[in-house]
Amino acid sequence: MTNATADTLPRRRRRWRVSASGTVGLAVVGFWLVMTLAGPSIAPHGSGAMVGSEILAPMSREFPLGTDYLGRDMLSRILWGARYTVGLALIATLLACAMGVALGLFAAVQGGIGDAAISRVLDAFISIPSKMFALVMVAALGSSLPVLIGTVAVIYTPGCYRLARSMAVNISAMDFVTVARARGERTAFIMREEVLPNMVLPVLTDFGLRFVFVVLLLSGLSFLGVGIQPPAADWGSLVRENLEGLRDGAPAVIMPAAAIASLTIGMTLLIDNLPGRRRSTVEGH
Amino acid sequence: MNAVMARLIGARVAVCVLSLLIVSGLVFIATSLLPGDVTQEILGQSATPEAVEGLRRALNLDRPAPVRYLEWLGGLLTGDPGISLVNRLPVAEMIASRLPNSLLLAGMAAAFCVPAALFLGITSAIWRGSAYDRVVNTATVTTVSVPEFLVATLAVLIFAVHLRWLPAMSYASKIESVGQLLRSFALPVATLSCVVMAQMTRMTRAALLTVLDTPYIEMAVLKGARPMRVVLLHALPNAVGPIANAVAFSLSYLVGGAIIVEIIFSYPGIARLMVDAVATRDMPLVQACAMIFSAAYLVLVLVADLCAILSNPRLRYR
Repeated sequence: MTNATADTLPRRRRRWRVSASGTVGLAVVGFWLVMTLAGPSIAPHGSGAMVGSEILAPMSREFPLGTDYLGRDMLSRILWGARYTVGLALIATLLACAMGVALGLFAAVQGGIGDAAISRVLDAFISIPSKMFALVMVAALGSSLPVLIGTVAVIYTPGCYRLARSMAVNISAMDFVTVARARGERTAFIMREEVLPNMVLPVLTDFGLRFVFVVLLLSGLSFLGVGIQPPAADWGSLVRENLEGLRDGAPAVIMPAAAIASLTIGMTLLIDNLPGRRRSTVEGH
Repeated sequence: MNAVMARLIGARVAVCVLSLLIVSGLVFIATSLLPGDVTQEILGQSATPEAVEGLRRALNLDRPAPVRYLEWLGGLLTGDPGISLVNRLPVAEMIASRLPNSLLLAGMAAAFCVPAALFLGITSAIWRGSAYDRVVNTATVTTVSVPEFLVATLAVLIFAVHLRWLPAMSYASKIESVGQLLRSFALPVATLSCVVMAQMTRMTRAALLTVLDTPYIEMAVLKGARPMRVVLLHALPNAVGPIANAVAFSLSYLVGGAIIVEIIFSYPGIARLMVDAVATRDMPLVQACAMIFSAAYLVLVLVADLCAILSNPRLRYR
């Protein structure tokens, strides 16, 4: 892109071709984001309130999603749980992406030994299976919110770093970055003002993809009983604690699992239909 | 085999060994960072200082961490990863009784999902853009993006609860006939395969499509070769390497998938052993299991790399 076109077109217009499945994905993700903020205030009951007389009850007018193994309202439990599943995953993904992008930008702009050192260390991290690493960390430090967030952020930083670095390397080889260097700008300035704005969209797409992995990992850990600890419950722990209802097909097991699936599938649909996106979940969990 | 390839393969193996070494260091550091004293935790609040000191010596905790790390590493290599803190059994014995079960499960899942995924991936690449391709694509995207425990839960619900075809639990010890073996393994294997297969199908399809987008394939199409012929005779031989790479890489998902599947089907494998050990903070057991899983994962990724190197004719005939 030359300067001439940038001058004649004051704002480069992107054509957002919105497909049906992308819209559905956006709607589902948007819905859960709103529920994360507003869920507890519109939930009919408290998270721990024992309101039903029957345990693992089927759907009814009074309890739209049935009751859980202690007779608590499942709809309220899921709405409260959104805070943990969506909120925690958002924080962890934000952390991972922020660290990955910052390190990647730094490595690409700086080059040399710093680049090599960061790359080698993070490559070693990638070779640890994520669930296993999380299990070891939880075994060592116990399961608490900071440990979970930190562990997940560390697990997904290398992937973010790889993507950010490979893009930043290409961008920092371009003329305008050379010009900025010649002007005598500092590394931090080049990272922030010259390189970062040119890789926003891929980084955002990557954020969405990683958010899906984080949700899957966190709910998987909670399902194993080593994630969110009671009395707090995310959707993974809701599936786990109501597992005894599986034999009767109680909605208390199905609904939280369906909530996770809707969130992750919605996000996948959304990022698959973003412009400039070719392949999606080919890379691993 | 020539010098270039030998060097590349040597480098890969060396990286794999080095990664495993780094992983062992990380695992050891993570598990040694326990807040609070392990001995205090084992003996309880009322323990006398002498008892704590004695146990510390018995567990070798009175020596510096680097020494303990080297001893632990040496123990691992010679097949003696220590004694379980919880039930005082040798860790090697506990793992030996569970490992065959896990290998059986993973082996059956691999035997089932590799051919199935190759078939789905290749056929969907042949009929790219067709309704069949879209169905396969949607199904695999969906499977990849839902948690493994959801697939397992649904499988139990449909096949064991509603249809009553299969038992919901599997006990590897009570197997007498082949039919019984297949019946009790059907659900865990299907669940594990499902997750691995979705990944493998997508990667196979993507690998084949990369080849299909090259000019020589366009040439074959222009000269009038039928789509089936183009894919099977022109494209597939060149895609064998990437596909083998995809298959080996996808198999590394068995590691993560096995953890969930063994729990939900209460299958007596090594992953359940590890999750139980995490819950009871049985560090020697956690360390040993973590190393086994990491090693399995790294070896599969290494095999994937080697497939890519070995199948590259440019390297073979240089």
